[in-house]
Amino acid sequence: MSEEREPVTRIVTPVRVAYTYTPGIASERFLRGCKEGKLLGGICDACGRVYIPSRGACPRCAAPTSKFQELSDQGTIITFCIVRVPAENIAVDLPYCTASILLDGADISFTGLIQGCPFEDVRIGMRVQAIWKPESEWDYSVGNIEHFHPLDEPDIPFKDLKGYS
Amino acid sequence: MAEHAAVIGIGQTDFDAKRVDVSQVGLIREAAERALADAELDWKDIDAVVIGKAPDMFEGVMMPELFLAEALGGVGKPMLRVHTAGSVGGSTAIVAASLVQSGVHERVLTVAYEKQSESNAMWALSIKMPFTPTMVAGAGGFFAPLIRGYMERSGAPEDTGIRVALKDRLNALKNPVAHLKLPDVTFEMIQNSPMLWDPIRYLETCPSSDGACALVIGNEKHGRAASRPAAWIHATNMKTEPTMFAGRDQVMPKAGLECSEELYKKAGITDPRKEIDCAEIYVPFSWFEPMWMENLHFAPINEGWKMTYEGATALDGDLPVNMSGGVLSTNAIGASGMVRFAEAAMQVRGQAGDHQIDGARKALGHAYGGGSQYFSMWIVADQPMQ
Amino acid sequence: MRDVAVIAYAQTPYVRTERVRNEVEMLMPIIDEVVKKAGIPRQEIGFTCSGSTDYLAGQSFSFVMAVDAVGAWPPIMESHVEMDGAWALYEAWIKIQCGEVDSALIFSFGRSSMGETAETMTLQTDPYTMAPLGPDAISMAALQARCGLDAGLFSERDMAEVAARNRRNALTNPEAQLAGEFDVEALLAAPYRVSPLRDHDCPPVTDGAAAMVIAAADVARDVSDKPVWIRGIDHRLDSHQLGSRDLTKSPSTRLAGERAGVSPGKIDIAELHAPFSHQEIILKNALGLDDDVRINPSGGALAANPIMSAGLARIGEASRQISGGAASRAVAHATSGPCLQQNLVCVLEG
Repeated sequence: MSEEREPVTRIVTPVRVAYTYTPGIASERFLRGCKEGKLLGGICDACGRVYIPSRGACPRCAAPTSKFQELSDQGTIITFCIVRVPAENIAVDLPYCTASILLDGADISFTGLIQGCPFEDVRIGMRVQAIWKPESEWDYSVGNIEHFHPLDEPDIPFKDLKGYS
Repeated sequence: MAEHAAVIGIGQTDFDAKRVDVSQVGLIREAAERALADAELDWKDIDAVVIGKAPDMFEGVMMPELFLAEALGGVGKPMLRVHTAGSVGGSTAIVAASLVQSGVHERVLTVAYEKQSESNAMWALSIKMPFTPTMVAGAGGFFAPLIRGYMERSGAPEDTGIRVALKDRLNALKNPVAHLKLPDVTFEMIQNSPMLWDPIRYLETCPSSDGACALVIGNEKHGRAASRPAAWIHATNMKTEPTMFAGRDQVMPKAGLECSEELYKKAGITDPRKEIDCAEIYVPFSWFEPMWMENLHFAPINEGWKMTYEGATALDGDLPVNMSGGVLSTNAIGASGMVRFAEAAMQVRGQAGDHQIDGARKALGHAYGGGSQYFSMWIVADQPMQ
Repeated sequence: MRDVAVIAYAQTPYVRTERVRNEVEMLMPIIDEVVKKAGIPRQEIGFTCSGSTDYLAGQSFSFVMAVDAVGAWPPIMESHVEMDGAWALYEAWIKIQCGEVDSALIFSFGRSSMGETAETMTLQTDPYTMAPLGPDAISMAALQARCGLDAGLFSERDMAEVAARNRRNALTNPEAQLAGEFDVEALLAAPYRVSPLRDHDCPPVTDGAAAMVIAAADVARDVSDKPVWIRGIDHRLDSHQLGSRDLTKSPSTRLAGERAGVSPGKIDIAELHAPFSHQEIILKNALGLDDDVRINPSGGALAANPIMSAGLARIGEASRQISGGAASRAVAHATSGPCLQQNLVCVLEG
């Protein structure tokens, strides 16, 4: 009985919990738009600002976004990041560039991948355009946009992007 | 406030990537016992327990305070569990302080912890939601674009972040409980470390740590009777704004600007840079030091980087920042806010050892969380507020 | 201590499954409703505190999105507890006691329908010694009921009568989920779900949210015709280990009741957060309530059990009884953890 025992430093208890997800009224509207290749922005009932995607409320006003409008799939890079580290939930080859993109007509930026130019050329103020998957692959998902591609247009000056960071 | 409150005991665990030598129970006990020993108190002297931590999925236990509270002497006592994202350690200390300031309790024990090694934090942060492919790779993927935004608007030199990281990593060498210690760290080592989320380099990020921090907070009677000096709480404040909304300035969030402005007002501070002797703030990525210097009104907007550059935030500067080595050296997420608050208190109690700022009499503790949207702060001093 | 009153309360209709709205969309209308009822401009409410848990939503930081429903712009002083909204109320009450603020908004929410609630609650138990055994919420409550039956403290008939009364009371509560006249003999003829519990002894799975505004006396008297005063509020904890407790008693409820000042004084109604029928009997004993106290006029947690809101709802429902003139002094109770581990007691007066 005098023998020294190794301390127990770890036990493994597998846990599995399943959930049924309800996107909500506004998100559902947005996702149905995606299925049809449309980017639907939700308009705040109180202040009229346009959210994409709307999560149900304009958080400034705590008001619903009951009305929707189709937005352009072109926009301006507000800021960006080049990711060189893997993440379990992201199936994109490293390295890649993600950007906050202010779609024309929106009041809030939207996250997208930037492809079609060297990373060194990506910059704040750059104009980009969504490149969609083939229509046959469209689903209820923003994943229908494969990536954003640079547009041959002049940059938007940084000072004009104020308030959208 | 109905009552003055003061920190009369502080305890931190040793921090490490994997504290396999203790369970969650053992971890929080280690911090709490050290805090009680510092306060020269026993479990029976404590009226209530406040526990804080970040998401439950980090350990895979729902509302773990329910099974942990008994180990903190919580049976028969009030117990609260706070969760305000990354700022939680700070908010938890503030809730504990308010239990005393309200006059409801005389002595409260508060503990904040994280034991990320017991589950998979990266998993907890990146659960696949249907319909929405994630492109934001963890916290770094979220904060890197904000840092780029700051660089663009401030015109800060590109090596500002490296300088912050070097300073904090050198400070960590003076802190016996810090997790990540790089004795040979140099500017070049940080500069040459891999880019993870461009513009964030590996050595400009924080580690993932197991650890806990505990405080005993007492009322005026117990603050004055304490055998070791007390850290008197002059003011606390919390502010929140939503994650994403039209017109939100994520780089320089208004919640932080207003939180600190109100905090100084409550504490009777008119010139924070001059009146505050040192600050321990939440900097998980190096560039957040200059950003928060501006957000905390220590520097004019777009000029926070100058403080780093001029050495103002070094241990021998006019406003030392992150004397402990900061979050860059130790990050048990749920505990990190409380560690900041604790370091501020240690400084004004004169118990910070090798990273003590001589003559520190008034200090700021700061934490933030979520998408730079939850802020909690306190000002502590070596004397009660007049 | 400052006098503090409940000045407005609202809750969603309680339903088995909220299929259409997300949490923000559920919260927005009731927060709007309480703020309007309170008559205090949103920007002037001094503090906001919410209660919820990530494991119901299956998502880390699930409370962060809920801020979208509050109108936190300009930024607000706000906090969150990973607890039932009743404890968010406690934190807000403390904040008012500090003299820092004069009013507070409290809210809580949860959609149990998204996951498998009883099994999810297993994850609430000690991860080293209990969770690996897989006790679900109903099985743990069944152990407690068995202890009470064997000790002769109540019978299965007593339990069925509790269930029948709660669901009969719920007939007058338009927001309740499970209401109706049930025959006790018929209930007792049903098979066991987890012996000794039958379906009627267990709570329904509920989606819902609740919101409340409280204020210090000067503000409350200014904006409200019928403030409902919080005369005492206290909460206490028992051991987590079921084996080290006498499950037939609730010492933490008894202690919290004493500290909150349940007695002396006549209690007209009690809203007790008893998700399982036998727990109502244990709580009634712990609080020393007389037989003439009307228990759960709302139908209680057996009529709707919105986890994370069910405790706050008890305080809200009790305050409605008082402001509606049906009671002048009430006890409200909230619970958390396996087998009534943690309990909060609040005494309210008109």
